[in-house]
Amino acid sequence: MAAPRSAKKLQRALYEIPTSFREGMRVPVRVFGTRKLLAEMDDKVFEQAAGVAMLPGVVGASFAMPDAHWGYGFPIGGVAAMDVDAGVISPGGIGFDINCGMRLARTDLVWPEVKPRLRELADALASRVPAGVGRRGFVRIGPDEFHDVLRDGAQWAVKHGYGWTEDLRTTEAGGRFDGADPACVSERAIERGRGQLGTLGSGNHYLEVQVLRPEGVFDEPSARRFGLDREEQVVIMFHCGSRGFGHQVATDYLHDFLRAMPSRFGLPIIDRELACAPFASREGRAYLAAMACAANMSFANRQVILHRVREVFSEVFGRSAEQLGIRNVYDVAHNTAKLERHDVDGCERELLVHRKGATRAFPPGHPELPDEYRETGQPVIIGGSMETGSYLLAGVETGAVSFYSTAHGSGRTMSRIRARKLVRGRELRERMEQRGILVRTASLRGLAEEAGFAYKDVDEVAEATELAGLSRRVAHFVPVANVKG
Amino acid sequence: MAEMEVGARFEFVEGATSDLSFRACGPSLEAAFAAAAQALLAATVERPEAVERRERLSLQLEEPDLELLLVRFLNEIVYLRDAEDLLLHAERIEIARDGCARLRGELAGERIDRRRHHLVSEVKAATAHGLRVAQTPDGWTASATLDV
Repeated sequence: MAAPRSAKKLQRALYEIPTSFREGMRVPVRVFGTRKLLAEMDDKVFEQAAGVAMLPGVVGASFAMPDAHWGYGFPIGGVAAMDVDAGVISPGGIGFDINCGMRLARTDLVWPEVKPRLRELADALASRVPAGVGRRGFVRIGPDEFHDVLRDGAQWAVKHGYGWTEDLRTTEAGGRFDGADPACVSERAIERGRGQLGTLGSGNHYLEVQVLRPEGVFDEPSARRFGLDREEQVVIMFHCGSRGFGHQVATDYLHDFLRAMPSRFGLPIIDRELACAPFASREGRAYLAAMACAANMSFANRQVILHRVREVFSEVFGRSAEQLGIRNVYDVAHNTAKLERHDVDGCERELLVHRKGATRAFPPGHPELPDEYRETGQPVIIGGSMETGSYLLAGVETGAVSFYSTAHGSGRTMSRIRARKLVRGRELRERMEQRGILVRTASLRGLAEEAGFAYKDVDEVAEATELAGLSRRVAHFVPVANVKG
Repeated sequence: MAEMEVGARFEFVEGATSDLSFRACGPSLEAAFAAAAQALLAATVERPEAVERRERLSLQLEEPDLELLLVRFLNEIVYLRDAEDLLLHAERIEIARDGCARLRGELAGERIDRRRHHLVSEVKAATAHGLRVAQTPDGWTASATLDV
């Protein structure tokens, strides 16, 4: 096991690394995962989670999800809740791609209907949903209107005809984070991101057509409630974020925090990757307001992409999106910091919960859930590698142990440079096509970096979240077409 | 390692699993910074040499130390890629150290042309992960991690 010797098993799929592991830790590290997943985790995950445990105001523990891997500052798959008075806000606890997240839409279509049109569908999706480096999006707006996007998120998109009102009900926070203030973002961030509304990006961002096989249903009543109601059902899943806008917001604040930490904030820089500001400071609050703008840009981005996907399906199948039943199942972020109320030692407290590569997973009955999901718990979308399939899960009451947070993906186990040494993009594309997965990619080298063998076993990750009581599996989907940046 | 015209070089090295770490080196501090810019370009586009020097921009930056200057320098280039569609080489860099670190230089390149530029990865930002600027017996090295 790669985990430190001092790690103790607390319960099934939960290990604790005590504060004695590193000097300065204020709370222990808690790592969720099976023994196999822990063995695959890089030592850096534990080091980084221990660094997070040293941050002022951290409450309870520094958590690593079952898909955790080595990241920037926090591990990817890292969760930490901060006291709102004594704690800090850290851009490295959110990630450069603010509100990177997942969206899942269901359709009435079934695989036998789609199979003969799959090539046409994949080509149309690849040509109509811009992907790759620095692409301009299909939504053209001026700087003033971009401010409206930053304030209103997916609500702006629906108001302007990019989607249906019901889409907002099934989007985290209604597709709009409160407190977004465009005055807190730089002109550079706006210039960098304004033209990118309606783009997927590159790296591990993708849009997939997937199929729900009969053996992929884990919980039929919940699956039905999520709109998964037929055999061989076709669904659409995509993964993207706030694009250059969010990247610039993070870059700007990291730069400013690093300069202000020793002087203005009186905080020692133990690790530059964990640059932070006291949350109660003017700068800390400003970052939350800027981060909310980026989160809203991202919700708007995924909303306009869903609209474009509906248009493409409608054109290919000659029926309206309504007739095809293309409904949003859920949209959920996995790179954010949010003010939430949680029980801590029997007292309800307001906390700033950082989730970096971790998904919020509210349990059944939570007041923030839409009526249709009150009994099931919040849908959670775990995107697997492009070769292995993805999961839909649901939040559970026992998730309180991690401030209702769970995994977000399968998690990398191999560097990009190593992956591309092991396979060529062209070869991988052919191999995937032989296995029934059509690939449309902006970059073959980028494709090689995302090969399935570079990731953990998504089945093991999804199962581990269930064993650890963070979320429970509802359905598993297999990819049949992948559009990649 | 990729050979470069200014006598400097870079290589991608194992680092954070999701990202791209590089080590650039050169006979001078300025050459190492230029090689770092070349690593960024090589992360973005398949053949950096295919990026022609058609447009020029001047750059002036100041940071408390050389390492923060490296991150800032790379992030300026990342910004110009998204905001101006520019792919850029670094040229004529001068770095002064007088209590803080100052860079004056020129960036030369051209707008993205998808027919000629085989784009690979969209670097989100240069990060402080593995960040190091150091003098060696042979010159200077500049290492950082690109979030992709």
